[in-house]
Amino acid sequence: MGRVLMKGTEAIAEAAIQAGCKFFFGYPITPQNEIPEYMSAHLPEVGGTYVQAESEVASINMVMGGGATGYRVMTSSSSPGISLMSEGISYIAGSEIPAVIVNVMRAGPGLGGILPGQADYLQSTKGGGNGDYNLIVLAPSTLQECVDLTQLSFELAQKYRNPVMVAADGFMGQMMEAVEIHPSATRDDPADTTWGLGFMGERGGKRSHLHSLFLTPEPLEAHNRRLQEKYGRIKETEQRCETYHVEDAELLIAAYGTTARISRSAVNNLRAEGLKVGMIRPITLWPYPTDAFQALPDGIRHILVAEMNAGQMIDDVKVATNCRYPVSFYGRTGGFAPSVKEIEDECRRLLAL
Amino acid sequence: MSEVKIYARPVSWMPDVSSHYCPGCGHGIAHRLVCESIDELGIQNDTIGVASVGCSAMIYDYIDIDYCEAPHGRAPAVATGLKTVRPDKIVFTYQGDGDLASIGMGEIVHAANRGQNITVVFINNAIYGMTGGQMAPTTLLGQKATTCPLGRDEKVNGYPIRVSEMLATLPAPGYIARVSVAQPKYTIKAKAAIKKAFQNQIDGKGFSLVEVLSSCPTNWGMRPVESFDWLISTMMPYYPLGTFKDFD
Repeated sequence: MGRVLMKGTEAIAEAAIQAGCKFFFGYPITPQNEIPEYMSAHLPEVGGTYVQAESEVASINMVMGGGATGYRVMTSSSSPGISLMSEGISYIAGSEIPAVIVNVMRAGPGLGGILPGQADYLQSTKGGGNGDYNLIVLAPSTLQECVDLTQLSFELAQKYRNPVMVAADGFMGQMMEAVEIHPSATRDDPADTTWGLGFMGERGGKRSHLHSLFLTPEPLEAHNRRLQEKYGRIKETEQRCETYHVEDAELLIAAYGTTARISRSAVNNLRAEGLKVGMIRPITLWPYPTDAFQALPDGIRHILVAEMNAGQMIDDVKVATNCRYPVSFYGRTGGFAPSVKEIEDECRRLLAL
Repeated sequence: MSEVKIYARPVSWMPDVSSHYCPGCGHGIAHRLVCESIDELGIQNDTIGVASVGCSAMIYDYIDIDYCEAPHGRAPAVATGLKTVRPDKIVFTYQGDGDLASIGMGEIVHAANRGQNITVVFINNAIYGMTGGQMAPTTLLGQKATTCPLGRDEKVNGYPIRVSEMLATLPAPGYIARVSVAQPKYTIKAKAAIKKAFQNQIDGKGFSLVEVLSSCPTNWGMRPVESFDWLISTMMPYYPLGTFKDFD
């Protein structure tokens, strides 16, 4: 497949199919409906199955059952639907079942609106469901990255037996851009028969039991320690981040997803004026790219966090930099994105302080 | 004189475990019927169980097959996922009445309505057992529970739900039957129904559900023998035994 113009949601769906995902469990919600629609049309062509669930509560539990076999499965939704899935996501993480969940984020809270947002940052990275667990959260900022991160998410999910979320904001889902989609090298990898359900015969009669219930405290604490050890390994090895013009920057913008695209334009325009502005763009929202923040140069006078929410990433920036720099926030809510000019104006204001 | 073996534990029964169920609880009988069906059909290595939430959450401690746990009420959705990816395997849920008929009513109705080729063993003992005897959607009118201490009042709590009859109104599900484990004569029929519900899945015939009327002496406030008498005298008249659908 050469370079083609595609809508984000459809690019994500095709990327998943090319990554070897043959099973999709979906429920309609705007602005991600093209993903289940695309899957229902194209999965049968590759011998796969699309199941329309009766709710997001059901679809995430279908993903739990499907993922429990060791094969590649996924679902997608948007913010209120992800809230409904939170119970299931906690169980999936606690039972160590691989699963890919795409969240085409819209504006909240509650039913909010169908326009784009990034207000699920805290829900995605800090929990959502109950208990000590973490999702791997990937935030694409171009449609090519939607493709690449969707494919990566299946590999990470299986490598760590953990749910992975592609946190794409509504702009990523609804805009069109040229993308190249290639089959993943791992698309035909067999399911892991050492733990996958349905392979008891292959295991010589040894059963596999996937669960998060431990009624006595010692095994439950041991289970939690094991999970934390795994999350520690993920933090060490899976941080992903892009830095842009940081070497001599006096002002650094921290942004992800669509807001990072807008910020990149602002950086380019301000650089053309001779202002020393750069950007740091987390690609993994969890694990947070702390190493990249720790390595930032001392010359930075200020970090501006820009998001399509009311300021959800600002605490992570402060922690990741040990509060070495002053940090402030500029954002829009309600379905608006900050404009290039708004970010430029805020940067000029901060540089003039 | 040669020894004649009249009973042996099922092969798929987990060796060397002692029951955590209360004396007089019907779960042990129902578990055994599931195990015997698995043994007789020769599907131990090919069966995937889905555990629910309630007293039977730890059914996987007793049956030696692949197992997945489901959140409260969601077992039919988890089973749908399993069966979709592995249509060559035998997938069943084992759910109580709080799990299936209250919090999980949406999932069971839609799994049945899709005609999902899975097997559901539904234990109806008219009460929440594990949490300590609260009113269930199946609690009988007048029956006392910790959250209806004066007895279930239809004006406040509505009527007990007859799940089998309700699901039998749908065109898709193939086999729906209600059985009881109150006495051996009922248990023999219960065994036949459960085995048939597994056989249906092997034959690719579609959704099968067996509702098993069972006892909960602890939360009914009865001795075990009294509880089986009550099951016959009070529960079975409201929840008539029988086959409501058989691929007709």
